[in-house]
Amino acid sequence: MGIIEGEKKAFMTGNEAVAWAALVAGAEIMYGYPITPQNEIMQYWTRLAPKHGRKFLQTEDELSAGFTTIGGVLTGKRAFTATAGPGNVLMQEPMSMAEAMRIPTVVVVQQRGGPSTATVIYSQQEVTLTCFGGNGEGLRVVYSTSSHQELYDYTIKAFNTAWKYRFPTFVLADGYQAKMRESLVLYDPEERGIEMVPTEPFVGKPGMPGEDRPPAHLRNTYNIEEELEEVLKKDIQEYEQMAPEIIEYDEFNTDGADVLVIAHGVVFRSAAMAVRKLADEGLKVGYFRPITLRPFPQEQLRQAAAKAKQLMVVESAYGQLLKLVKDNLYGMDLPIHTHLRPGVGVTPEEVVADLRTVLEGRED
Amino acid sequence: MDIQPKMPKSWNAATKPHKFCPGCGHGLILKALGQVIDEMGIQDRVVFGCDIGCSLLSWDFFNVDTVQTHHGRTTPVMVGIKKARPDRIVIAYMGDGGGYAIGSQHLVNAATRDDKITVILVNNTVYAMTGGQMAPTTMPGQKTETTPFGRDVEQAGYPMMGPEMVAAITQEGAYVARGSVAKFRKLKEYIRKALENQIAMRGFSFVEALSTCPTNWRTNAEKTWEFVEKIMPEQYPLGELKVPVIKEG
Repeated sequence: MGIIEGEKKAFMTGNEAVAWAALVAGAEIMYGYPITPQNEIMQYWTRLAPKHGRKFLQTEDELSAGFTTIGGVLTGKRAFTATAGPGNVLMQEPMSMAEAMRIPTVVVVQQRGGPSTATVIYSQQEVTLTCFGGNGEGLRVVYSTSSHQELYDYTIKAFNTAWKYRFPTFVLADGYQAKMRESLVLYDPEERGIEMVPTEPFVGKPGMPGEDRPPAHLRNTYNIEEELEEVLKKDIQEYEQMAPEIIEYDEFNTDGADVLVIAHGVVFRSAAMAVRKLADEGLKVGYFRPITLRPFPQEQLRQAAAKAKQLMVVESAYGQLLKLVKDNLYGMDLPIHTHLRPGVGVTPEEVVADLRTVLEGRED
Repeated sequence: MDIQPKMPKSWNAATKPHKFCPGCGHGLILKALGQVIDEMGIQDRVVFGCDIGCSLLSWDFFNVDTVQTHHGRTTPVMVGIKKARPDRIVIAYMGDGGGYAIGSQHLVNAATRDDKITVILVNNTVYAMTGGQMAPTTMPGQKTETTPFGRDVEQAGYPMMGPEMVAAITQEGAYVARGSVAKFRKLKEYIRKALENQIAMRGFSFVEALSTCPTNWRTNAEKTWEFVEKIMPEQYPLGELKVPVIKEG
């Protein structure tokens, strides 16, 4: 019997939506450490979990939250954690190990202001960290959500992506999504025909190791350069092979756009509202939204950009999405305008005003 | 004809001879552990975790499920496994740098939470893998690469008394001991009791093992043995610091 019967309309915070999503996705254990604005994920989980035979451990810091999550996953359980800001910085050490050892961890990040302690409120400043944190190549999956419904949907999906492809998977949201209340529909994945990818233990399989089965000898350290290269080659190849299967994006009105707006996460909502308003006025504006920031929808963005005259990147950071965009458009010659508000929310009105300036500039 | 001493069954024969330096104490500690695993018949239930530093060389040492982690992070990985699968017998194997310096918060909190895991911590008074720098366990006056004139406690602080600390912060079901490779049978007994304590789910269990590092101590066989057998116990007294009260039942 499912935890949720049928479709259930709800009006709740994003943090609560994440806890429900993890529950219906079959997450068996959460390991966590308090940091605002993700605290309520743990708070809802610790209320929901005992009713459904699920577990929780509050750890001593985010290093421990990440490494205990790895331990839980190694036993073949869907395990997850959640963090933000300076906690996300510490989380990069365990997630670097998960990346090296292909351990399917799930981490929900509710971005707050940075650098350092900054604000407990909101930002989009953890894009680079979440996509490329750790001393490696960023072999991980990052979904950037823009609504509570998506927080719910993508938290469920994150467990499946992680366990299917065995790369650490992140749901990247922010303090607004974490703390706002918004309506969404809760559902049991099975009732929507979403099959949860089965899990498998890395350690503690039945049988005598060395007799009935080989022992698990899991490591992240290598003696020689070529040994490491061989492992990385395979991981990178598998990552690139997987990318087209999981890349997600959204686009609107891209044909012959005078300005193509590029935004992700909650800022995308402001950008989309602005674009639709101007499009309704008959102006040639469109938008492109990467949903997966890692792997990035490179081909799709390049196709959309090829049809546009100029671009405008809008984000609550000082050029982190911009960097991704430039990197993925390498070799294309297009003017890129920006609307960068590090650690500050973006309203549709601001985007409309900036777009008008750019569009008028074109007319000059 | 040479008769080789019998290898523990739980050892992985394919990776022997092992990768530790000649005269290193790790081999003895892992021999004691291997014998205990054999005698207790728990080879198929053990999950062994090793840290960074020389302990990482044990990543394929046993025919038991093994996870090599990060510096200081073996404790949380094993805690995570134990929470998710309480029927596993988890062993966190680490050096003094991993347990007492970079991962000390994990040791302190696992001990305080009374996590039902076994930590075996090797104290050889130096960071050995990185080339012999001062460790939390370097003795006062001892020369290392970063205390070339001897450890000056005014400047570099005092050595960490691990088992004493763990004994002070754990519940009465905890088992805490300090053994030495120089007293092999005692060390083996402590390891056995620590694992029995975990299996009985009485509490946290912790064994510090005094060990040798002739490579970084720059000692010959005689001086190496003298240091571990005679000098180290002057700073680090051997014995059981906490033995759980077993309720009759």
